[in-house]
Amino acid sequence: MPISLVVEGLSAKRGEDLIFKDISFILAAGDALVVTGANGSGKSTLLRVLAGLLAAESGSMRMEGMSADIGHPRELCHYLGHRNAMKRELTVEENLSFWKSFMGDSPGGAGIGIEDAAEALGLGGISHLPFGYLSAGQQRRMAMAKLLVAYRPVWLLDEPTAALDASADRLFATLVTRHLGAGGIVVAATHQPLGVEAGELRMTGFAGVAGELV
Amino acid sequence: MTSLFLRDLKLAMRAGGGALIGVLFFMTVVAVVPFAVGPDLNLLSRIGPAILWIGALLASLLGLDRLFQAEREDGSLDLMLMQETPLVLTVLMKCLAHWTATGLPLVIAAPLLGLFMNMNEVAIGATMLTLLAGTPAITLIGAAGAAVAVTLPRGGLLVSILVLPLTIPVLIFGVSAAYAAVEDPAPFLPPFLILIAITLFFAVIGPLSAALALRAASD
Repeated sequence: MPISLVVEGLSAKRGEDLIFKDISFILAAGDALVVTGANGSGKSTLLRVLAGLLAAESGSMRMEGMSADIGHPRELCHYLGHRNAMKRELTVEENLSFWKSFMGDSPGGAGIGIEDAAEALGLGGISHLPFGYLSAGQQRRMAMAKLLVAYRPVWLLDEPTAALDASADRLFATLVTRHLGAGGIVVAATHQPLGVEAGELRMTGFAGVAGELV
Repeated sequence: MTSLFLRDLKLAMRAGGGALIGVLFFMTVVAVVPFAVGPDLNLLSRIGPAILWIGALLASLLGLDRLFQAEREDGSLDLMLMQETPLVLTVLMKCLAHWTATGLPLVIAAPLLGLFMNMNEVAIGATMLTLLAGTPAITLIGAAGAAVAVTLPRGGLLVSILVLPLTIPVLIFGVSAAYAAVEDPAPFLPPFLILIAITLFFAVIGPLSAALALRAASD
């Protein structure tokens, strides 16, 4: 059964100020949503609220169409934030195999092997190196490999392609397309075009201005 | 879960992990005491268990603040908060790994330092046993303190100050059990069992409050 992500009347505060309010959308399996807007307009906040890392001021999000019982929608999400969530001291392989076994797979799919994931990001053969030895772009790509080693139907991506070169951009677009094709859902905050068909949510910023779905 | 345990152990052993800093500190503290107290062997053996316990307590407070802060800085904490695995279990597993990397070496180093303090074999054995039973409680209490201070950039001292009062019962019962083993009239078992009870109690309370604090601290 295809899943869908339903968000209703979401609003969130940072300190005393409302960053956004009344954001509602429905994403069905295979849909992507690109969140755009100026710096500070609340893109990251929206993603963190969706990831369950920030409490929403009001509104709700839920997953529909899941066969298995789940506790909270965040358990079905990958969150790729600004930070890579990889340890510099450990090798790439140790990092990825830790996340693979720690996160496990959501019902409905399976993660791919570590070497395969590194290959898919165009970095095969260097997974024996400590993560700290890699360049910023390579580190970012290896962080993306996390998306592949553990299966999650929903990907929440916060400026995924910052620090990436043009070829890695295209590579990443292929991965996103493949994920969408397999019935996944992607929500990405980005300044650059993601390279896939997507709805756009333009965040207009501070103090009670609602985002509009274009 | 075992993968988290192994990863944290590996991190502690690698460069900059700081697993052995605690032992070094422990050795430094205990090694300077005979110089300060003087060569009175009877006095040294009398205060030995207490000095060992104080050294172990201070050494296990060292590095506690990094328990969650390092995870938060590189974004790993975000992912841990999102998983299906209950956060309490994640915290408990991190505490176990932290204790194995920093607490267990203290227990193993204790006999050597006991010799510095002219302690006899019974006193050394009893101190080792009480350290083995008691130091996990310090880590578990410390986890709650570390979670509260996770967003503070210089939380190290604050964690120690938050945690120290709560560890006083551990110190009291640990030292009194160690003394009871050498001094005849006092029974060893009651304080030792209370020490174990404290550890078990904090094995529940510590991770629970740490998990609550981590959820509340997310920003």
